[in-house]
Amino acid sequence: MGYIKKIQNMLTGGEITCVEFTKKYLEAIKTDNKELNAYVTVTEEEALATAQKVDEKIARGEELLPLEGVPMTLKDNISTKGIETTCCSKILSGYKPIYNATVWDILKNQNAVLLGKTNMDEFAMGSSCETSCFGGAMNPHNTCYVSGGSSGGVASAVAGDIAVFGLGSDTGGSIRQPASFCGIVGLKPTYGAVSRYGLVAYASSLDQIGPITKTVEDTAIVFDNISVYDKKDSTSCNKNISPTVDTLNKDIKGKKIGIAREYLDGVRDDVKESILAAAEKYKELGAEIVYFDLPALKFALPVYYILACAEASSNLGRYDGIRYGYKTEHYEGTHDMICRTRSEGFGDEVKRRILLGTYVLSAGYYDAYYKKAQNLRGTIIKAFEDAFENVDVILAPTVPMTAFEKGKATSDPVETYLTDICTVPINIAGLPSVSIPCGFNSNGMPIGMQIIGKKFDEATILNVAYKYEQVCPENFKDTKWGVKL
Amino acid sequence: MKYELVAGFETHIELGTNTKIFCSCSTEFGGEPNSHCCPVCIGLPGTLPVLNKKVVEYGVMAGLATNGKIANISKMDRKNYCYPDLSKAYQISQLYAPLSIGGYVQLSNGRKIRLHHIHIEEDAGKLIHNHGDTYVDYNRGGVPLIEIVSEPDIRSIDEAREYVEKLQQVMRYIGISDCRMQEGSMRCDVNISVRPVGSEKLGTRTEIKNMNSITFITKAMEYEFERQVDLIESGGQVVQETLRYDDATNTTSSMRSKEDAHDYRYFRDPDLVTISITDEEIEEIRSKLPELPQQKCERYIDELEIPPADASQLTKYRNISEYFDKAIDGLKKPKTVSNFIISQIFRTLRTEEDKEAFAVKTTPEQLNELCKLIEDGKVQNNLAKSVLDKMLESGKPCTEYITEEDMAGLDDDLVEKLCKDAIANNPKAVEQYKAGKEKAIMACMGYVMKNSKGKANAQDVLAKIKSLIS
Repeated sequence: MGYIKKIQNMLTGGEITCVEFTKKYLEAIKTDNKELNAYVTVTEEEALATAQKVDEKIARGEELLPLEGVPMTLKDNISTKGIETTCCSKILSGYKPIYNATVWDILKNQNAVLLGKTNMDEFAMGSSCETSCFGGAMNPHNTCYVSGGSSGGVASAVAGDIAVFGLGSDTGGSIRQPASFCGIVGLKPTYGAVSRYGLVAYASSLDQIGPITKTVEDTAIVFDNISVYDKKDSTSCNKNISPTVDTLNKDIKGKKIGIAREYLDGVRDDVKESILAAAEKYKELGAEIVYFDLPALKFALPVYYILACAEASSNLGRYDGIRYGYKTEHYEGTHDMICRTRSEGFGDEVKRRILLGTYVLSAGYYDAYYKKAQNLRGTIIKAFEDAFENVDVILAPTVPMTAFEKGKATSDPVETYLTDICTVPINIAGLPSVSIPCGFNSNGMPIGMQIIGKKFDEATILNVAYKYEQVCPENFKDTKWGVKL
Repeated sequence: MKYELVAGFETHIELGTNTKIFCSCSTEFGGEPNSHCCPVCIGLPGTLPVLNKKVVEYGVMAGLATNGKIANISKMDRKNYCYPDLSKAYQISQLYAPLSIGGYVQLSNGRKIRLHHIHIEEDAGKLIHNHGDTYVDYNRGGVPLIEIVSEPDIRSIDEAREYVEKLQQVMRYIGISDCRMQEGSMRCDVNISVRPVGSEKLGTRTEIKNMNSITFITKAMEYEFERQVDLIESGGQVVQETLRYDDATNTTSSMRSKEDAHDYRYFRDPDLVTISITDEEIEEIRSKLPELPQQKCERYIDELEIPPADASQLTKYRNISEYFDKAIDGLKKPKTVSNFIISQIFRTLRTEEDKEAFAVKTTPEQLNELCKLIEDGKVQNNLAKSVLDKMLESGKPCTEYITEEDMAGLDDDLVEKLCKDAIANNPKAVEQYKAGKEKAIMACMGYVMKNSKGKANAQDVLAKIKSLIS
């Protein structure tokens, strides 16, 4: 059973009150967050007030909504009314939104218990959580290692059991990569499945909010509740996505699981071995493994960095110190104020991507970079469509390696960009993909694999993921931190 | 050497939708600073635009009314530039796939000013300078605009004036904007260059930005034309630059040179989906368009036999022409109505705004009733004129002022008696008439009309007097 159902049973069964339960988590945050650095804001009052409401509801004998009373967290780029939302950037320090992101509205209406906002790479740009102005979140499996990024705080909190679930955002792997590094489950939904309204934009055509949890069932429950059409997001999908939780345990006999040969190239041996071992497990479960070629994959990384940076350069133009957030202290005139505010407010990685993006959109370079990248995006989309003619899901590594040691990622940005190779194609194609743990390396650090699906076919990838979880529970390992149920 | 002016216009028109282009805030002009704002139009992090359908509909109407081809697929792009009144640091506009392509505006001299395209976009806010401090008001931010971009087809200041007036007229007719230049709901940028008459090659152009009155436009163009000609004549060269016009000094001055021109880094806005409009939808909008002023004017001239100058006055504003269309219902001579409107009704409407509003107490039905009496020969013109004056003041129907007796007409004997009296009382005029001065007879006419209180039929009286004299 997943944690969400288990907790709700505990609450409704009278084993523990929601307030007591929430306090346990708040206590654990106080002690464990010192080392994990997962939370950047703790919302104790908000959490206890909600928990109180849940207890009253239970006392009245009312039935709980699917996420009611469950302690959770939000990445710090999801807008929460009255609660600081900084994207872990100095430039948004002190910024408290005056409106709620749609996903937070949904969760709040269900009385999900918000424990706080979690750490991330600044504006979701990074793969180690270390570009955060608060310093990185650490890996609960071994705090000498990073949690991954950009949703490192959510992954660290969930793997460290100081949150039951969390919502992250994934632009090029930012949910799946930290889930993989921390040995838990992370779903990047189909583009348009979850409303982006209120998610502080990094690259609008790639960003997608999704759950990070410890079990596949929990991911399914959270996804089913947040994948709702939202008229405030024009790219939100206006059709019913059938609940994924009902089909988790469906037999996968005869399912065709594809492995693209290119996906195994350049992947570290221990990772490759784990993926192949997982493929063997699937064979035992009656699935068919189909190897195929996906040559378009080689375009994915440059396409991603051109498009994401181009959009970011535009999305981040609004941080000028005029309306909200950080503003420089000494300046002469408006222009100088804006220049100084941005120079002081943004970190190096964000500046690097703004510069890159500005360059590729500039007159004279647009055709050579941006336009070409857009065309190649079409090629990549088509390549996946073709692949899905023959397979039901694609199995791939999430990251070519395991978690980096602290400080390694920030030393060479280009080297770090290369580690996104397995995750970015999925954002480019707008597909759903779930990362689940599939083993450990010799240092005991988790290895993750992705199960990639057709658009809006979250049900199948979660079904396939769930089946693996049932036969390989040893890969879903607890850490020493946090609240144990 | 003689020089020719070459100009093209970029005209911004605020659309009269109730709500903004990407959120549901009010578009009302004025209001406390930042009182018509929400997270979306002040560009708070994480907010997303949702396109107002009405804006697309209005844009399509503008395209159809200017003979453009409506694109079945069009897209929104981001125009990136940094300025405090632009809350997102980009304006959502259209560059790569605008809503309407081509089209033209026809001038009275028969020339067609071709349009390059029409696109939809959002307006920016406003800076307010006060005691050395600068404030931003985002009320106008997100108000929908169309930008109408012409080809460089304008060849004179008069054409420029007429082009702007025609656009204003058409947009008001189709009801998508009030086009009030003084309130900024219509603003023009003019691209202007000169070349020797007869030359095909375009000269280097300058762009005068953001003018909000037709007078300023013509003055600025006159100034800029002279400046460019003088420059060339004295051996200099025109530099491509953006200018601002100062109406106090009636001069233009440089805002920025070509080198400093913004690189807007346009790209498709990923937050908005493709706008697709089917041919059926386009036709549906077309069918709802009112008759346009140009067509109306031609119809008045060709079918209703209204003199061209009058027809153009009647069609200047939609309210006038609609009033006229109703008032002529069932009449044989629509010109009677036209004359009443242009002479008597216009006299009561002092300003252009009054004419545009055309708030007249007399309903078109009431005017129609009066004109029918004239056509039936029951009321004579002079009487009708004085009756209409009273009607216009009170708003009452003509029957209030015309008695049965008035309508009964005069018997022939009385007419003959009045004519004889007229001849007897105007010997001098009769003398002159006999000497060949045709017009002198009008004095006798006047006498009869006056003494019959306008009831006599002018044609009959004239014939009678003539026969009596000879």
